Amino acid sequence: MEETSIIISGFGGQGTLFAGQVLAYASMDNGLEVTWIPSYGPEMRGGTAHCTVIVSAEPIGSPLVRRPDVVVALNLPSVDKYEPLIKAGGVMVANSTLVNREITREGINSLLIPANTIAEELGMVRLSNMIMMGAMLALKPILPLEAVKKALGEHIPERHKKTLPLNYEAMDRGYQFAVDHQ
Amino acid sequence: MVATTEVIHQRPESFTDVHTHYCPGCTHGTAHRLVAEVIDEMGLREQTIGVAPVGCSVFAYRYFKMDFVEAAHGRAPAMATGIKRVLPKSTVFTYQGDGDLASIGMAEIMHAAGRGENITVIFINNAIYGMTGGQMAPTTLAGMKTTSSPFGRDVEMAGYPLRMAEILSTLDGAGYVVRRSLHDAANIRKAKKAIRLAFETQQRELGFSMVELLSSCPTNWKLSPQDALDFVAEQMTPVFPLGDYKVNPALESLKV
Amino acid sequence: MAKELLKGNHAFAEAAIRAGVEAFYGYPITPSTEFLEYMARRLPSLGRAFVQAESEVAAINMVYGAACTGKRVMTASSSPGISLMMEGISYIAGTEVPAVVVNVMRGGPGLGNIAPSQGDYYQMIKGGGHGDYFPIVLAPASVQEAVDYIGLAFDLADKYRAIVHVIVDGNMGQMMEPAELPPMREISETAPDWAVRGAKGREPNILTSIYIDPVDEEVTNLRLLKRWKEIEKNEVIYKEYELDDAEILVIGFGTSGRVASSAVREARENGIKAGLLRPITLAPFPTQRLLELTDQVKRILVVEMNSGMMLDDVMKIVKGKVPVEFYGRMGGVTPLPDEVFDEIRRVSQNTGPGAEDPRDEWIPRLEKIIAGDK
Repeated sequence: MEETSIIISGFGGQGTLFAGQVLAYASMDNGLEVTWIPSYGPEMRGGTAHCTVIVSAEPIGSPLVRRPDVVVALNLPSVDKYEPLIKAGGVMVANSTLVNREITREGINSLLIPANTIAEELGMVRLSNMIMMGAMLALKPILPLEAVKKALGEHIPERHKKTLPLNYEAMDRGYQFAVDHQ
Repeated sequence: MVATTEVIHQRPESFTDVHTHYCPGCTHGTAHRLVAEVIDEMGLREQTIGVAPVGCSVFAYRYFKMDFVEAAHGRAPAMATGIKRVLPKSTVFTYQGDGDLASIGMAEIMHAAGRGENITVIFINNAIYGMTGGQMAPTTLAGMKTTSSPFGRDVEMAGYPLRMAEILSTLDGAGYVVRRSLHDAANIRKAKKAIRLAFETQQRELGFSMVELLSSCPTNWKLSPQDALDFVAEQMTPVFPLGDYKVNPALESLKV
Repeated sequence: MAKELLKGNHAFAEAAIRAGVEAFYGYPITPSTEFLEYMARRLPSLGRAFVQAESEVAAINMVYGAACTGKRVMTASSSPGISLMMEGISYIAGTEVPAVVVNVMRGGPGLGNIAPSQGDYYQMIKGGGHGDYFPIVLAPASVQEAVDYIGLAFDLADKYRAIVHVIVDGNMGQMMEPAELPPMREISETAPDWAVRGAKGREPNILTSIYIDPVDEEVTNLRLLKRWKEIEKNEVIYKEYELDDAEILVIGFGTSGRVASSAVREARENGIKAGLLRPITLAPFPTQRLLELTDQVKRILVVEMNSGMMLDDVMKIVKGKVPVEFYGRMGGVTPLPDEVFDEIRRVSQNTGPGAEDPRDEWIPRLEKIIAGDK
């Protein structure tokens, strides 16, 4: 596969770093090269948290990119920051619950998805990251949805294991929303 | 009549056959000898690692017949920690002066004691920097003249002497912290007992042990050896009272 | 063993454990703290030593003590902490005992920031501590390389009784990549003949860095220098990409070398004959290979995350035979592949003579980039 760079960005506590790790595990388990690199330090304390994941069939050079192929934006500051940077032909999935504007950038494939609303319907607002991930995989099938679910099942922290079925459902809902609204 | 010799006194096995570089009248030699005798009596020589400081006793490793390392100034307790933690069955001691222990090495000594490191510290307090030629030390007495307090230590400007035995005895990690003096034979005997108890503390893994030894520096004090010893007795002991500041109860019944 | 997805700091620490490290003494500092935290969890259960020291000064002196016992020992810190450790590092070098120090570099000078940097190049490569000594410096660029070269660092430290620095930056410490860990090495119970472990049945060992007679010190300095010459001969490691027919030689280490490899790939896709030399041993530097390449290429571009420190070493070797250009980001800014690609393209079109100091031409370019970035 072509080298694909994905930035997952949101507020601290929205699970952006973990979502990136799940994607990284799934990539590794499917025989791909992958790098995951977080923002770190004081900016993590209550500010934005983002990670860059690069997936490729070939060894990866830089773990960082200026212009990502895919952006998963869980809040408005992330849309503001990355909308102009996405590569032409790239993908942006944004959380419309927290992004009260349209995505105007031409030449990219974008989707607004009410991730928090769907998460609340499922009974747990912290599922928004997995809803977004499901939607992203529908728009940019880097890996099959099932492969990412498998990775999640294997790497979800022990204390959250009981929420695994809900997490799977969140991915499905996100994926289906993207299919229905494309 | 067959002549028989009975050895009543000889060089400790823990000493090398080397003359020390210490000045005439200096009590370092006495302190060295007490440490060597205690190590001999406890049979520890072959398992002991000494840590020499920076100061007059920088060459201590030449005089003790045992494994030795040479620390950076003030860092002997850290170095001893590094050794003891990988060789917990060995006996590790540092030998430090007042500038080394109470000035540049204050952090290292406090935290080694705070952690309860099973090491023994022999602390030579002679109230002056000897090796660099007689500058003010953290233990220099108020009013005492040194090359860097030429008009006498002015406590308004240079503060007060630090009482390390008292300070360290407040720490929970300390098992045995006492102050002794080397100014006469009776006190030297008491000092040796204290050194023995300090090494016993380490053997019993009762935590950090330190013996502070009030010592003389005739050269930099510009006194004769006897006057220097009198100075210790008359001027230093009021400021640095001799005594036991921390003794783990497990040591109290020990007869040495 | 299968590959695992490993975070840099954790992977380096685990690799050190598997290489037989018996003690870790350190002090918390971002972005290397996870190294310490990992050791705090792992070492006690293995019966090995861990102490969170009161300062980096104490930590390195604990390392010094344990190094004198001949057991494998290390610390990890980050730039300001490494500055504090320089005292002990010099003593370790002067006493000729083996130890490994990992520096997860961050922006400076001073308190600087916690972002990734290569600004400690001079400090690490040229010594940093006082006196005449030569540290070995390894600069891995991926989690797998870090895992591999930390094992090598211990081997080299033992072989040459030397201090070995492994330098990475915050990117490497924080990133996750699949890597394969080596199997656990068995710890040798045999003490090296110089080690202090108690003089049982032998003459005492004395380990010191003091040589009061200048001639004795000179003999020591000479021994260290001759040993360094051996190291220069035997231990050079580097990686190459696309160098066979390269006309533009890009040189970068660690993260900047890795970023440059992406840029070189893009350059090739655009028909520019660029190639990359990525030193893994910054000391000893791959001087011989650079000399060979100097005869082959038309221009050289040095890429660093500092103000041109390795650049000076490259200039010294190239001696003006080929124009050398420079592109650096400083202060904790990581260059991105497109910046480096733009530089490669620019360099490939530049036929002018090289500047005496390539920084003179780089400074206005950087000022423009900073103005655009903000």
